[in-house]
Order: sequence, then structure tokens, then C-alpha cells
Amino acid sequence: MTPTIAADPMAPLRAARGEASAASSVGDVRSALAASAIALLAVGGARLGGVVLKDSAAAAGEWLSLLQRLLPDGTPWLRLPSTATDDRAFGGLDLVVTIASGTPTAEKGVLPSAHGGVVVVPLVERMHAGMQARIASVLEEGAVHVQRDGVDARFDARVTLCAIDESDADEQGVVASLRDRLAFVLEGVPRIDAAMLPPRETIVAARERLDRVVPHDDAMPALATASVAFGIASARGAQLALRAALASAALDGRLETDDDDIALAAQLVLAPRATQLPPPPDSPPEDAPPPDQPEPPPPPPEQDASDAPPDEPPPPPDEGGQLEDRVLDAVQAALPPELLAQLLARAQRGQGELGKAGQERESWLRGRQVGARRGRPDGTRRIHLLETLRAAAPWQRARARLADGRGTGARTLFVEREDFRVRRYVEHAGTTVFFVVDASGSAAAQRLGEAKGAVETLLAESYSRRDRIALISFRGTTAELLLPPTRALARARRLLGDLPGGGGTPLAAAIDAATTAAVAARRTGTVPVVVFLTDGRANVARDGKGGRAEARADAMTAAATFRAAGVASVLIDTSPRPDPQAQAYADALGGRYVPLPALDAKALAGAVSLAREAAR
Amino acid sequence: MRVAYPFSAIVGQDEMKLALLIAATDAAIGGVMVFGDRGTGKSTAVRALPALLPSMKAIDGCRYGCDPAANGARCDECRARAAAAHGHKLPVAEKAVPVVDLPLGATEDRLVGALDIEKALRDGQKAFEPGLLARAHRGFLYVDEVNLLEDHLVDLLLDVAQTGENVVERDGVSVRHPARFVLVGSGNPEEGDLRPQLLDRFGLSVEVKTPTSVADRLLVIQRRDAFERDATAFMQQWAADEEKIRKRIVAARRKVAKLEVPAPVLEKAVTLCMELGTDGVRGELTLLRAARACAALDGAHDVTDVHMQRVAPLALRHRLRRNVLDDTGGSTRVERAIAAVYGEAPRA
Repeated sequence: MTPTIAADPMAPLRAARGEASAASSVGDVRSALAASAIALLAVGGARLGGVVLKDSAAAAGEWLSLLQRLLPDGTPWLRLPSTATDDRAFGGLDLVVTIASGTPTAEKGVLPSAHGGVVVVPLVERMHAGMQARIASVLEEGAVHVQRDGVDARFDARVTLCAIDESDADEQGVVASLRDRLAFVLEGVPRIDAAMLPPRETIVAARERLDRVVPHDDAMPALATASVAFGIASARGAQLALRAALASAALDGRLETDDDDIALAAQLVLAPRATQLPPPPDSPPEDAPPPDQPEPPPPPPEQDASDAPPDEPPPPPDEGGQLEDRVLDAVQAALPPELLAQLLARAQRGQGELGKAGQERESWLRGRQVGARRGRPDGTRRIHLLETLRAAAPWQRARARLADGRGTGARTLFVEREDFRVRRYVEHAGTTVFFVVDASGSAAAQRLGEAKGAVETLLAESYSRRDRIALISFRGTTAELLLPPTRALARARRLLGDLPGGGGTPLAAAIDAATTAAVAARRTGTVPVVVFLTDGRANVARDGKGGRAEARADAMTAAATFRAAGVASVLIDTSPRPDPQAQAYADALGGRYVPLPALDAKALAGAVSLAREAAR
Repeated sequence: MRVAYPFSAIVGQDEMKLALLIAATDAAIGGVMVFGDRGTGKSTAVRALPALLPSMKAIDGCRYGCDPAANGARCDECRARAAAAHGHKLPVAEKAVPVVDLPLGATEDRLVGALDIEKALRDGQKAFEPGLLARAHRGFLYVDEVNLLEDHLVDLLLDVAQTGENVVERDGVSVRHPARFVLVGSGNPEEGDLRPQLLDRFGLSVEVKTPTSVADRLLVIQRRDAFERDATAFMQQWAADEEKIRKRIVAARRKVAKLEVPAPVLEKAVTLCMELGTDGVRGELTLLRAARACAALDGAHDVTDVHMQRVAPLALRHRLRRNVLDDTGGSTRVERAIAAVYGEAPRA
């Protein structure tokens, strides 16, 4: 169905494109931007890569249905579930045809099947990071290159990708490499009245016009300036913004972009990519080249003036700059409030890590497929068709002869029970080493210092093994997870260096915390190993009250629970000389005991390696 | 197949371009690893290579593209043909240097090759279907986002890249064939480290950054837009520059073997490696090779300190004994060592 034609269908787009009109509320501007994104995507399609919709499935669904209504009839529109396998997403062996013909035959996956159309990925945050990266490279190429399971095929796959990201704030959403290739990111998808969108005829006309639209003189300098000012590292930002501006001009019936197109494109494409705020206007102009090396103006040095490309527009005229300023303002106005706050905070701190928290949550492969083995496919095991065929292959002639003799009719393929192969998976069992560090008063400052040295040795070892590490400290009345499992070892070291000391020794609480954390880590598919650094002088019970006997009894109970969980451990005794009490805890934990005085780096690493082995 | 964006039109990224040209000059350099932000033209540079590389001679009809000049390193099929030819030379054909893309998600059977199922099922014949390693022989194998590739495939790749031979023992086929290729990996360190054990197996490593000057950024956008609008016209504009680079490579290949490294230059290079405490001799050897190729590309008559300084970061920064807890990057450490050994003299 065609949306009703509004009196002036372009009015909302103009509102979004024009300067932030005083009359419209923030909500109106957001709606207008979201509506513009629909119209531009309908025009630009695969050239714009697509969109990330950060909102609930319902809100995103409404937005998508509006987009779908603007597209020509028969435009492919497919969903790619976040759990899709490579062969379904990209292509692979066509089971039915392969078996029927005996010839390995390729089958298109969702992306090539949607060539020229739209692919919707719901719950993109659940999709494996590697899968997202592979999709990103398909968007880049506009084609799928399948090299798997005996298939060697290339399919066109120019698609518009719409990823619905419902991740929480602390979750990793769409991975950076995929996000980089999608022009738009909508943080929250407002409701859009269908009347705000241009009619389908306008879209059709714009699509036909798009190839002929050219940027006006100020367009590219303004986008280049804004990219640098907002710290957008990837060159794709400006490139996609330019394409969005071209689509915007086409939509407005023009063959050349104007300032409004650029401002709109910058708001939609550059704002979500900003990593810094431009310097305030009174400071020196952005990015003055370092004084020791005067920046030569383009063209680049290696190129003679004679063969400079003739129709490349001349370098940016330094005059004017009005559009530059306008684009900077427009982008700043369009920054999502949370991002703006982050950027401001970051600017005040000088520098910091933006969005790193999410990245440390990168998923690892659970159940990587390593091959096949003999077996019958059933509910729990999946057939490995290719390997099954390989197993059956050598016997085909013999079986055919046998079948002829029995007159069982013409069959192309003879697969017997013993040929069946099933896929074999292994859990990618990374190790997470939990350091549980006693920071109480009894573990005197100097001893703690030595323990830190030991931990640093272990950190270096963990690095080369690509282990994750986590840090739990305990003193006073509680234990605290200082650093959840991470590979950020430099951060672990900093935390350890800043660790305050003093107070009681709540060993029971520490063991409980270690048990909880280790079991949680195991659920995510890694093997936990716990390294306790303590002198074992427990004097704070589980209820937080003092009392040596109570504390000791609680610690022993906690240790028994820990042992029952089957987590490997090492207890490094930090007391000045080996302490039988510490040894007793190590035994109760079911782990190894290493006294610190005897400790050199090698012995320590050895002890942890042994624990690691034991954990498997 | 789409036309690839021309190499010479890539704005900046001199270090990456130099590394790829060195690898094109001396394939034995041992591969190139490119680290960098997204959207900095890593893939563009690699995909631009085929247009630059002069064609090569290969035994006609050989599925592996065997080198007619290399009698020792031939595939079983060529050996059998040569034996059957009774001393007659096998026919030779011109062939483009392969630049093969390893798609993420490729499976091991496609990489190393496997039993040809079709032949096995239809004719009951045990035949080997070569994989991507065979296709990349004597050329380049590119793995984008190598840090996202399955560990066992990375191991396999590096192993073959080092030995120059692919040995297949699977599905009841037993095949070995030469597979010498320059492995080019790219990755974004923020999206997962490359295992440190694997890093120093790459000959050169490059760090690419987005140009931060507005003028350069503008050039990037302008050229990209011009290319997308009319690729044919764009290619014509850059044809002369491309040809210049092609000639440089051809000349450098001829010259590189004859270049000598004067003793004082060599001494200083060794001092640099000691200063940095690089592990083993691989770093020193790579440094020498790279400097020689760099000099050859420059058309220089001798390898000089300047060449050493130019390639030292490429050859050494990923081989430093790492101190995890020291946040100082490899590049900075190499720069400092260069300043210490060669003095603060401005680098050419």
C-alpha cells in the first residue's frame, strides 16, 4: 500500500535538514531525523550499508515496516536470526541437491538471497562477534565468497542491513567493524507518522536520479573537517555521510547537494560516530600540522603536478567555512545526550577509554567445530554431510554393483550406516585466573608488596597464554571483586598497585566470593583457576564479626564448599614462615600450597600451571 | 569482479605501502601484518596489488602454478609430467600473480584442499581438489581480520607460509605441493589480540592510522567519490602512476640480489637489534632483507643507514620481548632505540 500523500511531503525532511528550527521540540527533531533515515535508506539502499536500531524489537519493527512500504514491490526482505550458521547466512552445500545428484552443489545463504534488498538482523547483540565481522566484509565487498565444505562460490550480495540492537548499557551491542559500515545509528527509535514520509513515487524518482547527483563545492571539505573535529578515525564515516547527502539531494529533486543535505547527513552519520568534541572556537584551528613539518597542500608529494587528476575538485578554499561551522553545530546538536555527556567527561579528564568496557566482553567461541567423527545424527548431534559423503565415496561402485544384483532400482548415491559422520565441537576452554589477594593488616605491607611481585609474574604468564584474569581483594569485613574477568592486564596491575591495606582478615568471605565468581566463569565456558594470596590468619567471620575461632570455622566451611565446586586452586602463603594454618586451608580448598619464602617466579608459575592442568 | 581501487591513489599510509612493496620485491620477507583502525584502507591496499604485479611464468596446465625455473619445488603432478616428457621441457604459460582472499569462516578443507567428492562419487576416483593454499602459490594470501580467524587455521597458515609446502593427509589422500606465498594479515587490535607467539612469525608489521589532517581526509573522500562515480576514468587517471610503481618493482626485483650491505651499516643494524633486545636472529635477518629491498626500490646502489632506519620499525616492532606491564608501544621503543643508535638525525 502507498502512504497517503501529505500536502507537503518534504516538510518534515526540510525541518530535519534546516537549522534546528526554534519551533520544533527535541522530540520532533528526533522523529524528523528517524524519518529522514527511512527515506534516505529507501533511496540509497546498499550504498549506505544500513542502520543500527537501538531500541526494542517493537519500536524497531514499526520503523522497518515504514521502510518496507517505501521500497519497490518485490524488493527482497529477509530476516537473519542471530543464531544463524555460516552456511545459512552466506551459503554452503545444498543438502538435497548434493545427495540427489552426487555433485556438490552450492546453495545461497540469506545474504546473497537478499541481493538488492534488505536483511534484518534481530538481536544483533546475541550474534557472535566473528559472524558480525564476516557480515561486515560482505557489506564491504557487495558479494559473498563461500569457501567451505567443498564449496567454492561467489554470489552477489548488495544488501541493506538493518540490525536491531536491544543490548543493555553494559552489554556489547553490534561490533565495531559492522557498525562502521552502516551509515545510520538510531539511539532509540521514535514513533514516526507515515505522513512524515515522502510518497513512494518520490522515492522511485530519487532512486533514478541518484547516480547523477554530484556534491557541491563545499560538501567534501565540510565533511572532512567535521570528521577530524569529532575524532572519527574511520574514513568510512565521511564516505557514508557523502552518500547520504547525495541521496538527500536526489530525494529533494536536485542534481547537486546543498548545505542542508550535508548538515542532515552529518547529523545522521557523523554524530553517532563522534569520539571527541571539537575544540572551542577560540583555540587555534583544528589540527594545525606539527610545527616541525609544514603540511604540504595536496596533491601528495609523489605525484607530479602534470598528471594530477583533472576533475578532482581543487583543495578546499580556506575562505568561507560557513558550512563547516554549520555542520559542526548540527552534529553537536544531534549528539545523543548520553554520548555528549561521555564526550564531555572525557574531554575534562583529558583522555580516556570510550566504549572499552563493552569490548572486554567480547565473546569467545563456544563449541568451535573441529571436524567430524563416525556416528549417527540424532537430536544432539548434527550430521556432517560432506564428511559423510567423503566416507561413502569410495564404496559407490561396489555398492552400485551389489544393488544391481539385487535389483533395487536406480539410485545415484549409496550411503550406509557406517558412513554417517557427525560434527564434532570443542568448547574453547580459555582459562580465567582469579587472584584473591589478602589486603588485611596481618598481611603486612611489605609482604603484600612481595605478593604483588608474584602476581605480576603470573600476569605476564597469563598474557602469553591469553588467559583472562580477575582480581578479588579482601580486608576489613568484606571481599570485593575489584576487576571482573578481563584481558586488560595493565589495568589489573594498576589496581593491584593502588590496593589499600589494613583491617581484619575475612577469609571466609573471600573464599565465598571466589567460589561464586569461579562458578559464574565456568558457566561462560572458561576454566577457572583461583590463586589465593594470604597468610591464612582468618579473624573475621562470615557475619562480619571478629573472633578467631568463629572466623576459622567459617573459613573451613567456605573452603569445603569451594572444594565441592571442583575449582582448581593454589594458596600462596604470604606469612614470614610457612604456617600450618595456611597449609590446612590449602588442603581444605583441595588445592596446592606454596609458601612465599620458598617462592621464586619460576616456582610460582609452575604451581599455577599445575593447577591449570588439574582444572582441565 | 569489481575493479580494485588503484594502489597509487591511496592517500598517505606510506609505511603500509612500503611494506607491501618490499614483500612484492622479496617474497621471502615472511609476510606482512597490518594493524589499524577500521576504514584506513588496509584491504584496499592489498586488493590493489594484483594490478601492480608483473605476470609470472608457470607450467602450463599446472593446477598449482608451478615455477618452470624451480625444479626442486614442483608438485607431484608436474614431476610426473616431467618424467613422462623424457627430458623435454614442459610447456610454459604467462599467468597473473595470484592474490587470494581467505574469507573468514573458510573451513580447513577449502584451505588445504581435500578429496574431490564429485570425482570420488561419480567415477570412484581418488582425486585431490586443491584448496586456497594451492591457489595462492607464488602470490599473496590475504586474511582480513586475522585475529578473528580460528586459531588452528592461523597455525596452519603460518606453518605452511614458513615451510613453503602444503602437506595434506586427509580423506585417504596424501598430497604435498609447494605453497610459497606472502601472507598478509590485517586486524584491529581492539577486536582481539593476535596471539603473541604468532606475531613474530610475520616478517614485517605495520601500524596504520587514519590521516588526521583535514587536507588528507578531504583527498580520501574526493578520490573515493571519483572512483565510485566512474571507475574506468579514475583508473585511467592513475594508470601512469601505477605503471611507475610496477616498473619500480620489476627493477627492484632484478637489483635486490646484487645489493651489498656495507660492514659499518651492518654493524649499526646489529647494534640496534641488541639495543632493543630482539629475540633470536630472525629480526636481524628480516631487517637486512627489508633494508635491501627498500634500497632496491629506491634505485640506490648501496644499502645505507637511512634504509635501515626506514625499515627498522617494520621489521622489529613486533619482535620486542614484551613486558606486558609496560604500556609503551613497540613503535615508540623502536623509535627511541633508533635515536640512540643513529643519533637524533632527521630520518629521510
